[in-house]
Amino acid sequence: MSTTVANQKASAGKVAAQEVLGLTGNEAAAEALKQVNPDVAAVFPITPQTELMHKFAEYVANGAVDTELINVESEHSAMSATVGASAAGARAVTATSANGLALMWEIVAIASSLRLPIVMPVVNRAISGPLNIHCDHSDTMGCRDLGWIQLYSEDSQEAYDNMIQAFRIAENKSVMLPVMVTFDGFIISHTMERVEIISDDKIVRNFVGEYQPENYLLNAQHPVTYGPLDLPDWLFEHKRQEIQGFLNAPEVIKQVGREYGEISGRSYDLLEKYRMDDAEVAVVALGSTAGTAKAAVEELRAEGVKAGLVKIRCFRPFPGKEICAALAKCKAVSVMDRCISFGLEGGPVFNEIRGAAYGAGLKVPMVSHIYGIGGRDINVTQIRGVFEELKKLASGGKIEAVESYVGLRE
Amino acid sequence: MAAKIYGICWHGRGGQGAKTAATMVADVALTQGKYSQGFPEYGPERMGAPVRGYTRISDAPITIHSSLESCDAVVVFDDTLLDVVDVCDNLVEGGPVVVNTAKGLDEVKKSLKLKSGQKVFTVDANKIGLDEIGRPIPNVPMIGALMKVTDLLPTDSFAHDIEKKFGRKFGQKVVDGNNRALKRAYDEVKAG
Repeated sequence: MSTTVANQKASAGKVAAQEVLGLTGNEAAAEALKQVNPDVAAVFPITPQTELMHKFAEYVANGAVDTELINVESEHSAMSATVGASAAGARAVTATSANGLALMWEIVAIASSLRLPIVMPVVNRAISGPLNIHCDHSDTMGCRDLGWIQLYSEDSQEAYDNMIQAFRIAENKSVMLPVMVTFDGFIISHTMERVEIISDDKIVRNFVGEYQPENYLLNAQHPVTYGPLDLPDWLFEHKRQEIQGFLNAPEVIKQVGREYGEISGRSYDLLEKYRMDDAEVAVVALGSTAGTAKAAVEELRAEGVKAGLVKIRCFRPFPGKEICAALAKCKAVSVMDRCISFGLEGGPVFNEIRGAAYGAGLKVPMVSHIYGIGGRDINVTQIRGVFEELKKLASGGKIEAVESYVGLRE
Repeated sequence: MAAKIYGICWHGRGGQGAKTAATMVADVALTQGKYSQGFPEYGPERMGAPVRGYTRISDAPITIHSSLESCDAVVVFDDTLLDVVDVCDNLVEGGPVVVNTAKGLDEVKKSLKLKSGQKVFTVDANKIGLDEIGRPIPNVPMIGALMKVTDLLPTDSFAHDIEKKFGRKFGQKVVDGNNRALKRAYDEVKAG
């Protein structure tokens, strides 16, 4: 089933024709990979990511792409092969979830420290144990300090769009950092929904461009070494250079988001402000919950409540200043985390925003709501419940607990 | 304000095709210019265990990503589920429950905890599946029955999706059988 739609913005001249497809998040990400046609893909199955690379392997098998597909024996090997291919000068990808990400941890940090522009979709799933295959953000939040750019996707459309943009961001010469594109396991990865795909693969390939590695192992004219011993005399300087990549990244991410808008009609920024202009109570969320929160905001707005949402798309680099500016006029804020930071009051996103708020002089009452652990459902009614708490805080109520839980039996 | 979202809850047992039905109706809705989602409720996946599928259809983009809090129609693939699951629990007032059963309407009604105005419809989809497809697989016939009851999508619009889902895997005979089964259930579904 597919319908070619004349895009409404086609009159602007540049927006490409799109095809409407019913795709799961995994299929949408695989479609993006197909259109980009990377040089090397290292693949290893893990639920809920498995179908993504399964689908991409079909594209390799039927000749839709000429990617070198490497079947590896573990995620540690998957990331190692990807690092090797990228260092050799190839555009290289892999994909994983949860414990797969945990197993490749060591090499995940090496990929970023070697400044290799690898792109990796991570289908969010709870880190075991006990064993759970469903969505939370404990996998990608856990590696937020390993030096990867992290883009969170709200739905299958964003999974597709973010995958395409990720290559341009990673490979930008002033960035040269690997990018993780995340989307929620099952909730997005296995839900079939409406996705608009750029009809012509060539337009996507032109947008992403030919990968031009600068210093690579297969360049015999300029031999280089990757990953040598880096002792106290130099490691600090090299880490400072890595910091510079992150300092340069926000402008590049925004620029790529604008340019992508020109070809697709869908522009992207570091965050999305939804009904925030006059919002008095706001939640901050990322991933699929941001979409569910939009429905809650709409219901509350219809009832006269000035509710809003800040959706974080880019979590690394962290757009703290932009988030605080968006929240500046609010009277109460909840940061919703699908992840627990054990031993710390409030989830990881909450603590980063509260830290940024101190620097920005933002003194709004702010609470942390932990939800959705291990795939626990989060619905509109529950998010409305969060807004009810915020309304009380906004009218002078006291914060009884900084950290509280949504959808938990106690 | 967002447009109305029409929600369907599919109750089946693992292996009966509840996921296929939920995504097929969503997929066909897209061809009719609608926005849609189709997804199963993931839990332990075992042949024969109670499973659920969900479909959302709307004229506007759907941003909600949770299971359905309430639904506008319920489809039950196996009447033995009626003793195990309260299928009417989150069905709207006056909404239809379409049950695959060989039993009479009155008997089915006794097994349901019907609330204000909820209506029951029955069809013997296992028999239709056996006759037309050669297997008692109720998912496509139950789509036909639901379309009769709700008038959501034209039955003709399913032919392309049936071909896409079953053509390559099972061949033309199964495709034809499913098309016949869908139309037969559309004709044979009985109102309570």
